[in-house]
Amino acid sequence: MVAPMTVQSPLIRTAAPHSHHPVSLEPSKIVVRDVSVFYGAKQALDSVSIDIPGKAVTAFIGPSGCGKSTFLRCINRMNDTIPGCRVEGAVEIDGEDVNDKAIDPVVLRAKVGMVFQKPNPFPKSIFENVAYGPRIHGISSSKSELEGIVEASLKKAGLWAEVSDRLGAPGTSLSGGQQQRLVIARAIAVNPEIILMDEPCSALDPIATARIEELIDDLRQQFCIVIVTHSMAQAARVSQRTAFFHMGRLIESGSTEEIFTNPRESRTQDYITGRIG
Amino acid sequence: MTVLIALALLAVFSGSVYLLGRRRAVALAGGKSAGLHSLPGYHGTWVALWAGVPAALIILLFAVFGSRVEDAALRTQVPAAVAQLSAERQVTFWSDAGAAARGQARSEIAYEGELKTAFDAKVAEGRRIGVIGLVSVLALSGVLALCGFLLAFPRLSKDFRARNRVEGWTSLLLIACSTLAVLTTLGIVMSLAWESFRFFQSVPPTDFLFGTAWDPQIAMRSDQVAAEGAFGAAPLFAGTFLIMLIGMAVAAPVGLFSAIYLSEYAGPTMRAIIKPLLEILAGVPTVVYGFFAALTVGPTFRAFFNWIGGFLVGGPMDSLGQYLETVQNQMALTAGVVMGIMLIPFVSSLSDDIINAVPQTLRDGSYAMGATKSETVKRVILPAALPGVVGALMLAVSRAIGETMIVTMAAGLQAKLTANPLDTVTTVTVQIVTLLTGDQEFDSPKTLAAFGLGLTLFAVTLTLNIIALGIVRKYREQYD
Repeated sequence: MVAPMTVQSPLIRTAAPHSHHPVSLEPSKIVVRDVSVFYGAKQALDSVSIDIPGKAVTAFIGPSGCGKSTFLRCINRMNDTIPGCRVEGAVEIDGEDVNDKAIDPVVLRAKVGMVFQKPNPFPKSIFENVAYGPRIHGISSSKSELEGIVEASLKKAGLWAEVSDRLGAPGTSLSGGQQQRLVIARAIAVNPEIILMDEPCSALDPIATARIEELIDDLRQQFCIVIVTHSMAQAARVSQRTAFFHMGRLIESGSTEEIFTNPRESRTQDYITGRIG
Repeated sequence: MTVLIALALLAVFSGSVYLLGRRRAVALAGGKSAGLHSLPGYHGTWVALWAGVPAALIILLFAVFGSRVEDAALRTQVPAAVAQLSAERQVTFWSDAGAAARGQARSEIAYEGELKTAFDAKVAEGRRIGVIGLVSVLALSGVLALCGFLLAFPRLSKDFRARNRVEGWTSLLLIACSTLAVLTTLGIVMSLAWESFRFFQSVPPTDFLFGTAWDPQIAMRSDQVAAEGAFGAAPLFAGTFLIMLIGMAVAAPVGLFSAIYLSEYAGPTMRAIIKPLLEILAGVPTVVYGFFAALTVGPTFRAFFNWIGGFLVGGPMDSLGQYLETVQNQMALTAGVVMGIMLIPFVSSLSDDIINAVPQTLRDGSYAMGATKSETVKRVILPAALPGVVGALMLAVSRAIGETMIVTMAAGLQAKLTANPLDTVTTVTVQIVTLLTGDQEFDSPKTLAAFGLGLTLFAVTLTLNIIALGIVRKYREQYD
C-alpha cells in the first residue's frame, strides 16, 4: 500500500517551451462517451470518456496492453479492419458520431490521419508516397497542384530540404527518422483535422526522436494531435494534455503539468514514478 | 546379391566398431563422460565412419561400374573368328558373351563351329574375370575397413576432438549430395548437347530453328533422310508459345484474383473452405485434365463456334461463318484453356503466400489514409508483392511450356505455323513424345530430333528463368 503523497517539485520536468506559459485550448474537438471495445469475448477498453481539445497535443500514457492504442484506433475506426472487434459507446468529432451508419470510414480517415509505430512508407517513390492521399481522394486537379501539395506537405514535415533533389527515390531508401517524417507528410497531404500517432518514436534513435518531437510541436498550431507514447518524458515534452490508461480504463486525464506534478490518483503517481508498469 | 551381403557385413562391422569406440572413450574418461572433449557417441561414430565409409564406397563403385570393367577386360583379346564378323554382329557377340558369363538371358542367335568354340572360351573367361573382380573387391574393402579401424581407434584419447571430426564428415556428406545434384544436371545437359550435336550434323541448325515445315515421318524414308525442311521446328515453338499464351491468359488473372480474394477479402470461414478446394484442383493428374479437355471442353467449344458460324453464314461475314462451321474438336484454344485451369491453383497458392507476406503495417498505412480495400490492393499490396508474383507467373510459364499430356489429347498432332487459336497445333513436348514412343533406333535423325528439341526447349526455359530472376531482382532493389 502506497500512501498518497503530495509532490512539491515536478517528477519529470516539462521542458517544452509551451509549458512555461499557459495555453488557451480550443473547445473539445473530440468528445468520447462510454467507449468499450471487445476483441471477441475479451474486453480491451471499459467505458472510457474523455474530451480532447483541438489545436493541441494530447498524450495517452500507460503500461503495455492498457488499451491506449485500441482507443486511438477507435477515433478513425481502424478497429473496423480487425476481424471480431466490436466498439460500443460514442466517439464524436465536431459533434458527429464516427460510428454512425451515415459516416463513411473512408472519408473519416481522410479527416483523421494516422502515423504508426514502425515507419511504413509504401513501396513507391518519395513523391508518390506523399501524393497517395491526394490522388485517391481526388484533391488535386492538375499535376502542378499535386506537386504543390507534395512540396508543402514535405516542408511542413521538415523533410523537404533533405529530399527535394531525389523525390523519385524509393521511400524505403530513407533513414528510419526520415521515413517517419515522410509518413507524417503523407498524412498531412490530405489536410486532415486530426492526426493520431501511435508511438511514433519507438523505433527511432534519440536524435530522430528529438526531430519528430519538434515537428509535433510545430504541427500543433494547425492540427489536433493525439499521441500514444511509452516515454513519459516524451509525453511531458510534447503534450499539453495527458491521459493515463491502466487495465483498459481511463484512470485520469488533465493538463500535462498537473498530471506530472500533482496527479489526483495514486495509480497515476505510481506509474509516472516507475512503481507500476 | 553378393554386394548386398558384403554391405550388410560392413554395416555390422561398423556398428560393432561404434560400440568399441564408445566404450573406449568411456574407459579413457574413467567412466565419467564429463571429462571428455567430446561425448562418447562422437568417438564411436568417428571410428565407425573410418571403418565403414571407404570400404562401402569401393563396394558401391564396383556395383555400378564393375560389369563395364569386366566387359572391357573380356574384349581385350578378340578371337579371329569374331574379328571376321560384321560390326553389328560383333556387338551382339560381346553382349551375349557377357550375359552368358553373368548367367543372364542372351539373344537367340546360335553360334556354330569356330564361333561356338570362341564363344564358350569367352564365356569361361568372363566367369573367371567376374570371380576375380568380386573376390579382389571384397578383399580390398575388407582391408580398407580393417585399416580404417586400426588407424582410427588408437587415436582416441581424452582430449581427442571427435565432435569436430564428425562435423567434418557431416559437411563432407552434404557437399557430396549437392555435388551429385549438380553433376546429374551437368550430365543431362551434356548428353542433350552431345545428341543434339549429332542431330545438327545431319540437319543444319538454321533449318531446324527457322524451317517452317515439320514432318519427321517423311524423313524416315531412306531416300529422304534429313530432307531439307522436314525438321523445321518453328511451327512447334509457335504452337507451344500460342498454347502457353492462352493458358496464361486464363491462369494469370483468375489465379491472381483468387489469391487476392483469399488473402484480403475472404473471412476465415470462406478461406478454410476455398483454399482446400483449390488445392484439390492442384492434385488432379494432368491426364485427367487431358480427357476432360478432349471429351468435354473440346466438343463444347466446337458446338459453340459452329453455332456462331451458323448465324454468320450468308451475312456480311459469310467467309468467317463458313470457317467457324468447320472448326474441329481439337484446337489450341481447348488445350490452352484447360492448361490455364490446371495452372490456376499453382498461381493462386504461390501468389497467396506472397501477398500474405506483405507487412500488415503497409495495409494499415493505406487504410489510415482513407483508401478502400481495392485501392489498397492495387496501389500498395500488388506493387509490394510484384517481384514474387512475377516469379510465380514465370514458374507457371515454365510449367505451361513443359506440359505434355493435355496438349497431346486436346490440341491435335498437326504441326502448323498459325496464330489462330481455333486451329490444331502441336507443341515441342508432344513431338518429343511422339518421336520417342515405341521401338526406336537412337541414331536416325528422327529420334535425334527429340534431343534437338529438348536442348532448344531447355535453352528457352533457362532464358525465361534468367529474365524472371532479373525482373525480380530489379524490383527488389527498388522496394526493399
